[in-house]
Amino acid sequence: MTGEQTLSDTPWLEQGAEPFIKIRGVTKKFGEFTAVDNIDLDIYQGELFCLLGGSGCGKSTLLRMLSGFETPTSGSITIDGMDMSNVPPYERPTNMMFQSYALFPHMTVEKNVAFGLKQDKIPVAEINDRVHDILTLVELQDYKKRKPQQLSGGQKQRVALARALVKQPKLLLLDEPLAALDKKLREQTQFELMNIQEKVGITFVVVTHDQEEAMTLSTRIAVMNDGEFMQLGTPTEIYEFPESRFVADFIGSANMLEGRIVEDGPDHVRVKTDLGEVFIDHGQSVKEGSRVWIAIRPEKMHLSKEPPLKPGPNQAFGMVDDIGYLGDISIYKIRLENNQIIDVTAPNQIRPKSRTHTITWEEKVYLHWQASSAVLLTK
Amino acid sequence: MYGRRSGFLTFMLAAGMAFIYVPMILLVIYSFNYSKIVPVWGGWSLRWYETLFKSEAVWNAVALSLKIAVINATFATILGTLAGLAMVRFGKFKGRTLFGGMLVAPLVMPEVITGLSLLVLFISLKQLFGWPQDRGFTTITIAHITFSLAYVAVIIQSRLSGMGETLEEAALDLGAKPFRVLTDITMPRLAPGMVAGWLLAFTLSLDDLVIASFVTGPGANTLPILIFSRIRLGLRPDINALATIIILVVAIGVAIAAYIMFRQERQQQRDMQIVDREIP
Ligand SMILES: Nc1ncnc2c1ncn2[C@@H]1O[C@H](COP(=O)(O)OP(=O)(O)O)[C@@H](O)[C@H]1O
Ligand SMILES: [Mg+2]
Repeated sequence: MTGEQTLSDTPWLEQGAEPFIKIRGVTKKFGEFTAVDNIDLDIYQGELFCLLGGSGCGKSTLLRMLSGFETPTSGSITIDGMDMSNVPPYERPTNMMFQSYALFPHMTVEKNVAFGLKQDKIPVAEINDRVHDILTLVELQDYKKRKPQQLSGGQKQRVALARALVKQPKLLLLDEPLAALDKKLREQTQFELMNIQEKVGITFVVVTHDQEEAMTLSTRIAVMNDGEFMQLGTPTEIYEFPESRFVADFIGSANMLEGRIVEDGPDHVRVKTDLGEVFIDHGQSVKEGSRVWIAIRPEKMHLSKEPPLKPGPNQAFGMVDDIGYLGDISIYKIRLENNQIIDVTAPNQIRPKSRTHTITWEEKVYLHWQASSAVLLTK
Repeated sequence: MYGRRSGFLTFMLAAGMAFIYVPMILLVIYSFNYSKIVPVWGGWSLRWYETLFKSEAVWNAVALSLKIAVINATFATILGTLAGLAMVRFGKFKGRTLFGGMLVAPLVMPEVITGLSLLVLFISLKQLFGWPQDRGFTTITIAHITFSLAYVAVIIQSRLSGMGETLEEAALDLGAKPFRVLTDITMPRLAPGMVAGWLLAFTLSLDDLVIASFVTGPGANTLPILIFSRIRLGLRPDINALATIIILVVAIGVAIAAYIMFRQERQQQRDMQIVDREIP
């Protein structure tokens, strides 16, 4: 690890910071099919970077090009200043944690973890020490004589992590590291993974299809679709400022309104939609009259039974179509005048005395949102 | 209704079993027959076993058959494994489909054709290079290896394609060079397949009469050749004794194999139980 220089929390904003991984114009074709399409990406030292996307969008393929199992059809990959074009997997400064863990079934936990160190001709005493330390870190000391078949899913996952970490790679690649665990264990393991990453200080690139997982874990996320990046940014940027309908919809849920720009000021935009006018308090240069979409998150809408004091923008009204009670929050499905259904979520802060909500089915309700809540999307 | 059907099934099972085992039981019983003429019962006796154990020709045949079977199984396993690896793991190489087809051809080729073509080969080799001097042990072994290796290759191929390449990739990723991956990861995982292949090649070789008859020469009799040549002169009680011993050996072999499989299964169940117990 680089001891002297303290790493910034946001190295990608730093002027002149040298990226740790440079991916330039990388394309991967399988026959006629393009799995990864002309991707440029910089990842910095110490990041926990997530590649997020649906099944078959090319995440694993991109990861496998970093680890050396696939060769890019075109483009170049540089890791820590070294061009990776002709470097085979066994000579790369990377280690990978496989989707199905890929533990060696004929070796004990201990032997699995020691395997990588043995390849480097490290003295036996040092191997033993390092295996011991890493097994302590993942809390598997008591299981070192077990075979993988004798471990639970969570334990296997930790062996796989230990085996990849023990070589102290410059870069750890994780392909769906938590997908095989059940929900509770997965949430707990997410935090463990973050703690471990902080402790060892290794750059992580994680592939996942689970947006919550990506939001929890990462410093930055790249949202992928059909082999291309749809958006790249911090979890907050991606959630609060999606750049396209795809991203707004893929990350969390969003109510989408179609409309036309009526006024484009330097610090605000007015959009005419079926539901009246929407006022957005951040400027965006869009041609007046052009077709746009407005995305508003369900939790950023407010419900009330009372009509607003005075009519204005950012208001709508409708009928409660359905209510979903999730315990901590409730989801209200509101049918608007044009029959569009809008989702609104509200926290259940007060425990209802009877099993009824203050707002119930078929009731007429009013919606409003703040000028900062809506996001203007042009694609 | 179900009662009737199960009665029928029981009958069919008994009939099938009888079909398989009655001849064998008869054979065993007649091997203890004192009488020299097989179908005539002359009282219990071990006389034919004695004759058998004193016969040098029988011992020679047993020794030759075992020697050929062991050497054949070993070479066929090595070569068959390499061929299987080449087929599955080396990706697309030139002529792969052709190679694959040629590899399994001996499986479907009539034995007389295999035997005849090998005989032609050996004779032409002798013409050209003066080797093999005379036919017998060497030629039978070579002939057996050529067809056994096809069976081994098929076993290894199917095991390999069922295994996937992730473990090999994991080993490469951890810094193992391709040769280490082969010896430390692929081979240990192929071991059960190689053992199965070895045993199959061993049995195929012990079994073979047709191909061995083609490529053998004077004086080199494998056990099947010996039995067949003697039986041609009429049923003989000492051959019954020999067959009984073979049945016994096979039965012991099957029992050992079943026991090993049973132990493996129990071990797997125990592994599962350990995991189940610990997960609340
Ligand atoms: N070796 C291969 N040969 C042909 N097609 C492949 C290969 N590997 C992946 N693909 C295809 O590339 C696409 C992306 O795969 P992948 O990167 O594994 O997706 P995911 O984002 O789910 O990890 C998929 O449509 C897959 O079928
Ligand atoms: Mg994948």
